[in-house]
Amino acid sequence: MLDSVIFYFFAGVAILSAGLMVTRRNAIHSAIFLITTLLATAGIFLQLHAEFLFIAQIILYVGGIMVLFIFVIMLVRLDVLVSRIQFRLQKWVAVFVALAVTLEAGVVVVLARRMPGQGLLIRATAGTERLEPNTEKLATGLFTGYLLPFEIASVLLLVAMVGAVVLAKKRNDA
Amino acid sequence: MMPIGHYLFLSLALFMIGVIGVITRRNVIIVLMSIELILNAVNINLVAFSRVYGDVAGQIFALFIIADAAAEAAVGLGIIIAFFRNRETVFADEMDLLKW
Amino acid sequence: MSPTLQALLTFLQTWWVELLCAVLIVAAVPLVAGYVVLVERKLMADMQARLGPMRVGPHGLLQPIADAVKLLIKEDIIPENADKLVFWLAPVISMTAALTSMGAIAFGPWFQVARDINVGILFVAGVSSLGLFGIVLGGWASNNHYSIIGAIRSTAQLVSYETAAGLALVSGLLLSGTLNMRSIVDAQFKDQAWFLFLTPVAFFTYLVASIAETNRAPFDLPEAESELVAGYMTEYSGFRWALYFLGEYANMIVVASVATTLFLGGWLRPFPNVKWLAWIDAFPSLFLVAIGVYCVLRAGKQPALVQSIFMWGVALLCFGLGLSFALAAPLSFAPLKFMTAGLYGAFWFLLKVGGYIYLFMWLRFTLPRFRFDQLMRLGWHILIPLALVNVIALGVSLILQSEFGWNRWLAILFTLICTLGVALLLLRWNDRHAEAASLTLPPEEVRVEDSYAG
Repeated sequence: MLDSVIFYFFAGVAILSAGLMVTRRNAIHSAIFLITTLLATAGIFLQLHAEFLFIAQIILYVGGIMVLFIFVIMLVRLDVLVSRIQFRLQKWVAVFVALAVTLEAGVVVVLARRMPGQGLLIRATAGTERLEPNTEKLATGLFTGYLLPFEIASVLLLVAMVGAVVLAKKRNDA
Repeated sequence: MMPIGHYLFLSLALFMIGVIGVITRRNVIIVLMSIELILNAVNINLVAFSRVYGDVAGQIFALFIIADAAAEAAVGLGIIIAFFRNRETVFADEMDLLKW
Repeated sequence: MSPTLQALLTFLQTWWVELLCAVLIVAAVPLVAGYVVLVERKLMADMQARLGPMRVGPHGLLQPIADAVKLLIKEDIIPENADKLVFWLAPVISMTAALTSMGAIAFGPWFQVARDINVGILFVAGVSSLGLFGIVLGGWASNNHYSIIGAIRSTAQLVSYETAAGLALVSGLLLSGTLNMRSIVDAQFKDQAWFLFLTPVAFFTYLVASIAETNRAPFDLPEAESELVAGYMTEYSGFRWALYFLGEYANMIVVASVATTLFLGGWLRPFPNVKWLAWIDAFPSLFLVAIGVYCVLRAGKQPALVQSIFMWGVALLCFGLGLSFALAAPLSFAPLKFMTAGLYGAFWFLLKVGGYIYLFMWLRFTLPRFRFDQLMRLGWHILIPLALVNVIALGVSLILQSEFGWNRWLAILFTLICTLGVALLLLRWNDRHAEAASLTLPPEEVRVEDSYAG
């Protein structure tokens, strides 16, 4: 019962904030609503017993990426541009297509539950232990089985860091 | 845990809202934010299935996606800043230098 | 009984202790933060050879309440072109982040809202770093140049020192092997030493980084009165400013609590493993009784009757508390044992947090302010490499201990030598390059063209 209350609360907040995010004129308002969406997603991670991912989402996404977005929005001074047209002409086509795809996929998901043997059962986890060692399992996997992607991701981050600094640097032409 | 369909539908809804944002908004920064939303929707999907199968690989992949999204946001915003310095605009249909 | 009502009752039954702790934190922290402000003003006065607030209430003890009332009844001014939603939201974010991060802090072995959260320290560090949204959005929403400059400077400072603070925390976590707040303190109990002694460089890095994290002097350029009016807080008056201010002091308490848990042994008394020093357990009650005795002795010398009565009241309170501490000790049978451990543990924890905050205040009154480029240089060029080298050296020394069987203190000496060597190199490099980056002009360019000189 508590599980479903938490899920519906976070899911509702996520979808509502996402909808508000793509429709605001002011880019800072969009950023704030993206922050709430990301926090709600972190809540969904916590509800799925992925506690390291919950806190990684908060630290990296909300505390890192969104700060970057807000800085750039302030740098670009988008607040003075709010009076211009915000949406392109094809918005109604896009909305119609998106709704059609969602409806179709939703029907697939609902029907799949009714077919015998097609639904996905949760693997029986021991319900009595309150603390599953999620961080330890993640760390073990990351440093043993998935070590190569880990190292590649670190090289990727280094490249991205250097690239971002080079791109955003002011040109002091002598 | 809720039935898996709920998480899939939530992930799908966020994905579609992100797609609408990418296709319909003129402001390139909001397009980038919608792309972040799409990546988040995928993350929810991965973590839900990781819980179903008890395999931690889904969460590891989601962690890599978060790291990747950070790198991509940084570089994308660098490009926007560089472009803004040249053309003084962030609206997508005004970035038409290569149009013939 | 409907299933909803039943579910609600089950929920309350399982979680009533945590809910009580949460309510206590939200209710008590603003009051405590107000009195920390008073303590700071009194300390500042003491270090400057004056008396501080003395008028409001006996010895100025009602000053925070007077300040709170004044701020509450002040006119709520919103700048004309300010974005009203964001203007309202920013101080709320600041305060909420600070209070939420207090949820995972273990103030004693039994006082923790988010009990047994397995990523405790990461949660506290991550959620308290969300406070910078309050700063940057507040500066932007004020529609004021000084605010935005102050906000961006403050955010840049916070982001720079977050990395150094995180790396310093990682050094401590290498020693404890877990992120759980309670297990960290247990690890210090088992290791028979505070982590401060096992990795002092990490502690001092965290000290400096946490001063910068909370925008305290000497890193308070973004909010200094003589610099940018009040930085991002310029346009905020009345209760909104009070929320920012309380958020800053709550953040101070959070940061001090993290340092206490990780480096200063949390709720353990000094020398917790040494059995023959168990008489130190009597210290809390003796301390409170001593304060009571002091109040009694001073009560007769007060000039006004009201102040004498107040002193007697404080003395009685202290005696009562001391007596309850003393009585709780022998009650070590099972149902009340947790209360005993909790009371004493909370006392030691709050004492250490108080000591850490005293250090903050002492540094504020003593050191001059850093210039912004000096601040960024310290964060990026000195603290981050130092913390990084400390993590690597500590990892190596832990492997030397476990795989090659080195003595623990020898391994720690090795770590210290590596880190201090790197620190000396960094400082030499900094001195050599600081002149190049300094804002003072070399002497030749200051010569003025004077055609009448001769």
